Amino acid sequence: MSDDAVACLDDVGLSHDGGQSFILRNVSLSLQKGEFVALLGPSGVGKSTLLRVFMGLSNPTEGTVTQASESAAGAKAGQREAGKRRAQAMVFQDARLMPWRSVLRNVMFGLEGLALSRQEKHDRAMAALRLVGLEEAADRWPRRLSGGQRQRVGVARALTVDPDLLLMDEPFGALDPITRSSLQDELLKIWQQTHKTVLFVTHDIEEALKLATRIVVLAGAPAGITGELLVGEGQKDPQSPAFKMYATRLRAMIAGEPDPGGAAYWHSAEI
Amino acid sequence: MQTLTKRTRLLLSAVGLVIFFGAWEASVQSGLLPSGMVPAPSSLWQAWRDEVHGGFWQQSILDSLSHYCLGLLVGSVLGALLGLLCGMVAVVDGLLEGVVRLLRPVPGLAWVPFAILWFGLNTAGATFVIAISVFWINFYAAYAAVRGVDPEFYELAAAFGHGGFWGRLFKVVLPASAPGLMAGLRTGLGQGWMSVVAAELFGVPGIGARMMQASSLLATDVVVVYMLTMALLYALTDFLFGFVRTYILRWQP
Repeated sequence: MSDDAVACLDDVGLSHDGGQSFILRNVSLSLQKGEFVALLGPSGVGKSTLLRVFMGLSNPTEGTVTQASESAAGAKAGQREAGKRRAQAMVFQDARLMPWRSVLRNVMFGLEGLALSRQEKHDRAMAALRLVGLEEAADRWPRRLSGGQRQRVGVARALTVDPDLLLMDEPFGALDPITRSSLQDELLKIWQQTHKTVLFVTHDIEEALKLATRIVVLAGAPAGITGELLVGEGQKDPQSPAFKMYATRLRAMIAGEPDPGGAAYWHSAEI
Repeated sequence: MQTLTKRTRLLLSAVGLVIFFGAWEASVQSGLLPSGMVPAPSSLWQAWRDEVHGGFWQQSILDSLSHYCLGLLVGSVLGALLGLLCGMVAVVDGLLEGVVRLLRPVPGLAWVPFAILWFGLNTAGATFVIAISVFWINFYAAYAAVRGVDPEFYELAAAFGHGGFWGRLFKVVLPASAPGLMAGLRTGLGQGWMSVVAAELFGVPGIGARMMQASSLLATDVVVVYMLTMALLYALTDFLFGFVRTYILRWQP
């Protein structure tokens, strides 16, 4: 694992029946500090499963998972801030707020058990709520929130633990297009402010291109990484030919077809 | 069914009670019911005053209340704890399944001989009988409540560093199953008063014992006074518990 990597999967395979059949196979993926990686793939391919391997919620059958906090450089940084933050945090597709906790106490959930005073926990949770624009909803019950607001609370809960790696499992998948678009914009703003490393699962090519600095395509059965693209500013405009070409290439990767965009294609598109 | 306003319902229920007592009084007065078998409601007032005057009423309530509260506390806490444990830990669940099936159908009254043998004719014996009858209600309520917890909350807890047994218990299981636990406690509240009579039948002083004394003297009016007393006490405990329940479940719609 390189010094800049936050987390790294090395030749990971995952099977739920002791190696008879695999959900994931030969997956190697390294996440560099500060990058926004979109994990793109068809529904049900195993993207969420891969996310849970990063999170430590699933143990791989083969291969190794390394977190920066376990490496030498990470350990040093970890000592300095011992117990004040968490290595990773997760945003779920269904927001997954606890209905018996107020919005503020939902956000504070991840802070419980960390070496922080009551006041520090409160302040950090409020700061996270401010970041997602829900400061005034702190004392409300989750059932009083709209779908978009609930998801913002989910994002605040993850940000408040100040993770090295922010894992997001199709967080905007269940929202209406308008809410979805505005939450995407907000997420980008937050990412630019906090410089978090993000792994964002989606099956939406446009969303991946809009948000990510790198797109990794997961496809096939058992699922493996079938392609990878770096996204620059040039590919962010949905009207541009570069965007469309990237979308075409990603579609091919998802379908498991050969990448149509080799060097020749690149030049012929005159970009 | 058409819906009535709260006020109308209250009024109707009062009217129903008046009719009930009126018809009762009329049938005793008219001789339709023999007064030796059924006391007239109008005679209850005097019977109650005599009981209060002699201090029996107050003492019986205090005695029964102490059996009730202690039995309820012990039975509910132990039942809910074991239910939670069985719901959370598969090994414990498996181990106890047969035992539970064996003991569950035994009614509280059947334990009376053992209550006398083990604890004697005292508060502990009566408490034991009440505790047993409340135990199973809370056991099953807690067990079902834990089984009904959305497993996605366990994943959430694990993702935020509360994946251990205690984290799951305190951060997920207890709050998520609170509605079920509260329902169990509330049912137990009523069941507890029913078993007070059974628990005191064999002579531990209290409302039940006083009722048995009165019935052996054919003082039916006194028996009815204590029946109504018990109904009132149940209504009171249920009413007070309502506040606790509403506070704990204030997050629910």
